[in-house]
Order: sequence, then structure tokens, then C-alpha cells
Amino acid sequence: MSNSTSAAKTKKEMRQYQRQHNSWKKAFHQHGWLYAMLIPGVVWMLIFCYLPMGGLVMAFENFSPYAGNGIVECLVKSPKVGFDNFKLLFTGADFFNLLRNTLAISFANLLIAFPMPIILALILNELRCMWFKRFSQTLVYIPHFISLVIVATLTFQLFNSTDGVVYNMIAQVVGRANAPDILSSPKLFVPLILGQNIWKETGYGTIIYLAALTSVDPELLEAAKIDGANRWNLLWHITLPTIRSTIVIMLIMKVGSLLNTGYEQIFLMQNAMNRSVSEVFDTYVYNRGVSQGQYSLATTAGLFKSIVSLIMVLGANKISKMLGETGLY
Amino acid sequence: MTKIKDNKAHGSKIKRSPGDQAVQIILYIIVAACALVCVLPFLYVFGASFATEREIIERPFFIIPHDFSLNAYVYIIRDGAVFRGLKNSLIVTVVGTLINMFVSCTMAYPLSRPYLKGRNFFMNMVIIIMLFSGGMVPSYLLISQVLHLRNTFWALWLPGAMSAFNMIIIKNYFQGLPMELEEAAVIDGSNDLKTFVRIILPLSGPVLASVSLFYAVGHWNSYFSAMMYISDSKLEVVQIVLRRIIFLTGSFAEDAGFDWGAAGSPPTKAVRMATTVVATVPILIVYPFIQKFFTAGVMVGSVKG
Repeated sequence: MSNSTSAAKTKKEMRQYQRQHNSWKKAFHQHGWLYAMLIPGVVWMLIFCYLPMGGLVMAFENFSPYAGNGIVECLVKSPKVGFDNFKLLFTGADFFNLLRNTLAISFANLLIAFPMPIILALILNELRCMWFKRFSQTLVYIPHFISLVIVATLTFQLFNSTDGVVYNMIAQVVGRANAPDILSSPKLFVPLILGQNIWKETGYGTIIYLAALTSVDPELLEAAKIDGANRWNLLWHITLPTIRSTIVIMLIMKVGSLLNTGYEQIFLMQNAMNRSVSEVFDTYVYNRGVSQGQYSLATTAGLFKSIVSLIMVLGANKISKMLGETGLY
Repeated sequence: MTKIKDNKAHGSKIKRSPGDQAVQIILYIIVAACALVCVLPFLYVFGASFATEREIIERPFFIIPHDFSLNAYVYIIRDGAVFRGLKNSLIVTVVGTLINMFVSCTMAYPLSRPYLKGRNFFMNMVIIIMLFSGGMVPSYLLISQVLHLRNTFWALWLPGAMSAFNMIIIKNYFQGLPMELEEAAVIDGSNDLKTFVRIILPLSGPVLASVSLFYAVGHWNSYFSAMMYISDSKLEVVQIVLRRIIFLTGSFAEDAGFDWGAAGSPPTKAVRMATTVVATVPILIVYPFIQKFFTAGVMVGSVKG
């Protein structure tokens, strides 16, 4: 993050100012309140963010909650096993499955759900009837504010195979015998999650693109029209290039979280029938670690995921900078 | 090139080619369809919650029920779990958001001062937690076995007391306020705390409203942490109650001691619908009021710091 200041200070003045404050003692003396204000946030970060990072040593030992009194002693006393947990994870039968399921959901989201808000924003931008545009925007934002439990609930009520409305409609068209049980069919799990995501986030996702679209230069559009450009030409050569940097930034964020499928949504849609396709890294960490108490293995899976995500977000950022776009960091 | 003619007239009275108008109509239809898809599930569930069991089973799709019935709501009120859930969710949301705002604002203000010594160090601390975390298992052990927060609302408030992203949104806003304000206050003998409380905070209404809203919606909708840390049914939040009623209850308790009349048994399907309605309505009621804030909030967030 760059430290952009709105203050009308020149660099020289700033440097002078900083030199006057160069000792910590003086800084504390002058701005004691500012440091005091940092305390809640810093203490919180240390306890709830940095302390758990120390817990990652579990990935390198065979952690047992009975190895000593209290967690810290357990962490110290549990037998150290080096990279054995990683070997176990990578060679285990689960790993390939986890990776495949995670990537299937992520890539479906990246390829299909990601462009949806862009398309909808472009369409909304073309509408000339203002009240209609604003009214539709209000409606399409609603699902974003609905909890995933309610999304799962609605999905259940619409698609379940005893009295689901949509299920009944499908059954009427293709016949009850041929109608797939949408909620438990492994084949339909990814489309179901994808559909939920599209339904929930497309509308809200348009906000940022609509804002970017306001910076399209109307004079440029006029000029292009005079030169005989049609709708597609305008879209391709003027509108899309204007919002390109927004798209790139959103894409970086998406790529960086490629392995974060979000455990809550998957967990809510998971059932015994679709577990072979619905177990992803996030749910695996919960099911193995929290539910079954296999702390070390779950921590290892989580650590693997965190490291890959970190590399991906930094990599995507670097690539975007190389392509001449502004990065995130 | 008929387009040239179009450009003579600016504004709304532009004459368009038939092809252009056809495209417009298609676009309107697409948008209308999207909007419908977003609200139809709610309308159906809302309508069905007032219907009888038979109607839900027999009619394929409807929004206005033929036989109006309040049995489902009677059941919910008698059962009491949903309203207890709503009350708990309200407590979790209000207190949680206050904690969020306190930690975020006190952190954001020092970080927004360019002269703060050690600012980069603290900023990096924040960026690191955005990029990397210890993951679920260490946090779970910390909260449940070291801090012993299970079955208290603290388990829902403390672990997410600050979101780095939201804090940076606030920080950027503070940074954008003119420095002269602070300088004037200092000349008048104000210290950093007074400046923050009396000058900076009152000027930051829009961003504080947007970020509180992000936090509040997050708390209200949060399910997973409540599932992990709360097992006491007295402390159940509404999302947990909803999940339990929809998926985990096969048949409904017949001991509610209510004569269901011709229906014979509690209206299972309608109760599911009604529970969904009761859990959704609070968000939908506040939604129109908060809409302008969240649009503003996304915009603030998109300005990078």
C-alpha cells in the first residue's frame, strides 16, 4: 500500500518533520495517545492472528492434546516428525480428491461466475430508463445480504426431491423417473455451488464495475460513433479498456483466493451422497481437525493451502504489475 | 452510416434504428429476468409460509396462497426457538459491531497519521494478517482450549474483532481528511485523542456507517463460528435455529400441545417456510435504509491505500 497523503506538504518539509521526531522517546512523548490507541488492535492481532501462526508447528509434529498440561506444553512436548505430515497428506488417498474438488469449484467460479457481474454491469450501463435501472439494481443486490444458511435453505426448498418447486417443474418436463436428485447427485454438486454463487454475488459485484463505467469518456463514444463504430466496436475498443484495470484487480483477488472455496457454503451443501465431490481443503480441515481431532493432519492441509494461496496472490500481483496494471500491494 | 444522424440530437430524444431498439428491448428483458430470479425465491417462500400443507404439496408454484393459514407462525411462536435465536442474533450483532468499530477506528487513526513513527511496522503487521493466517485448527484450539470461550458470545465477538480490510477502508478515509483540521486543533491545545473524538470521528459519518454495516451484516449472517463454539441451546443464534429446523428435524415435536385441527399434525413444510421468512425479514427490512451506505462503502473500499 502506498502512503499517499493529501497533505500539501513537500517531501522536504516531511523529511524535516520526521527528523524532529526521530527518537522513539520523543515520539511517545508527543503522540502518546496515538500509541495508546494502537494497543487494542495490536494486542488483538497478536493474540488472534499471530499466536495461531505459532500453532502451525503442529504441522511438523504429531500433536497430541494429552502430551502435557495446557496447549503450550502440548505443543512443546508432542513428538516432532518433520515433514512426515506433509508426506502423509500428499501421498494419502484424500489429497488428489481434495485438490480436484477444490480446483473444480474454484475454476468454475473463476470462469463462469467471475465474468457475470461484468456482463450485467455492461448491460445495466446500456439501459436508458433510469428508474428501471435503479429498481433492478435494488433487487439484484438483495441476495448478497442473505446468509448462506438461508441460501442453502432456499436451495433445499426449491430443489429437494419430495416437494421442491423447481424439482417438480423439471420432473414434469422430463418425467419423475428421469429427474435428477439435484441436492445429492455428485455430478450436479459443482453446478449447484456455482449457481448459488452466481445468484448471490452477481448483482452486488456489478457495483464496482458500474462505478468504473462512469469514467468512460462520453466524447470518445460520440467521436467513435461519428466514425461509424457500432455497439460492439464501442464496447470492445472504448468501454472495456476503460474498466480493464478494475477487472484485473478483481481477477487478482479472485486468483489469490482460488483455494478458498469458503467452507461455510460447501459445508452447508455437503451430505453423505455428495461427499466424494464436495470435500475441499476448507471442509477437510474442519472435518478432520475440529470434528475428528486429527489436529496435525488438518493443520498440515491448512498450511499447504495458505502457502499456495500466498504464492498465488503475490504471483498474480507481480504479473499484473508486469503487464502495466496497478497491483494490489 | 445512419449513425451520423443520431449524433445531432443529444439527450433522450435520440432517434434510433430498429435494430438498436431491438437490442435495447432484449437488454431490458435480460435485466428484468435477473431481478426476478433474485426475488422470486423469497416471494415463493413468503407466500408458502401462509399456506396450508396441502396447498404447498399440491400446487406447483404460487405466490399468493388460496387458503390463508397462520398455523406455521403459531407453531413458531409456541416453540419459541426462532425468537430466542433472533434475540441472541441481535445481541451478537449489536455488541459485535460496537467491538469491531472500536478496535478498527482506534487502529485506523494512528495508522492514518503520516508522521507516526513506526507506522510502516504496524501497517505491515496488518498486511501480513490479510495474506496469511494460522488457519482454522490453531484458532479453534486457542479459542476453545486456551481462552475457554466456548458457549459464550465472546467466541463470536473476539476472533473477528477487526477485519484488516475494513480497517484499511477507515484508515484511507481518515487519511483523506485535510491535515489542516488536525493542525488547527493542535494549535487550540487539543491532544491526539481529543482531535480524534471531536474532529475526525464526527467528520467520518459515511465511512463509519458503511463499515459498521459490513460488520453488522457479517455478524447477523454468520453461522460457522456459532456452530463451532456454541452448543448451549439458550445461546443459539437465528442461523443455527434455521439450519436445525430445515435440515435436522425430521418430524416436528407433537408435544407443542396445540390442536392442529383438520391438518392433524404440525405443518412441517409451512413451518420451514415461516422460519425462513422470520430469519430473512430483519435483513430485508433494514435493507432499503442501508442501501445507499453500502454502495458508498464499496466505493470507498475500491480506493486503494
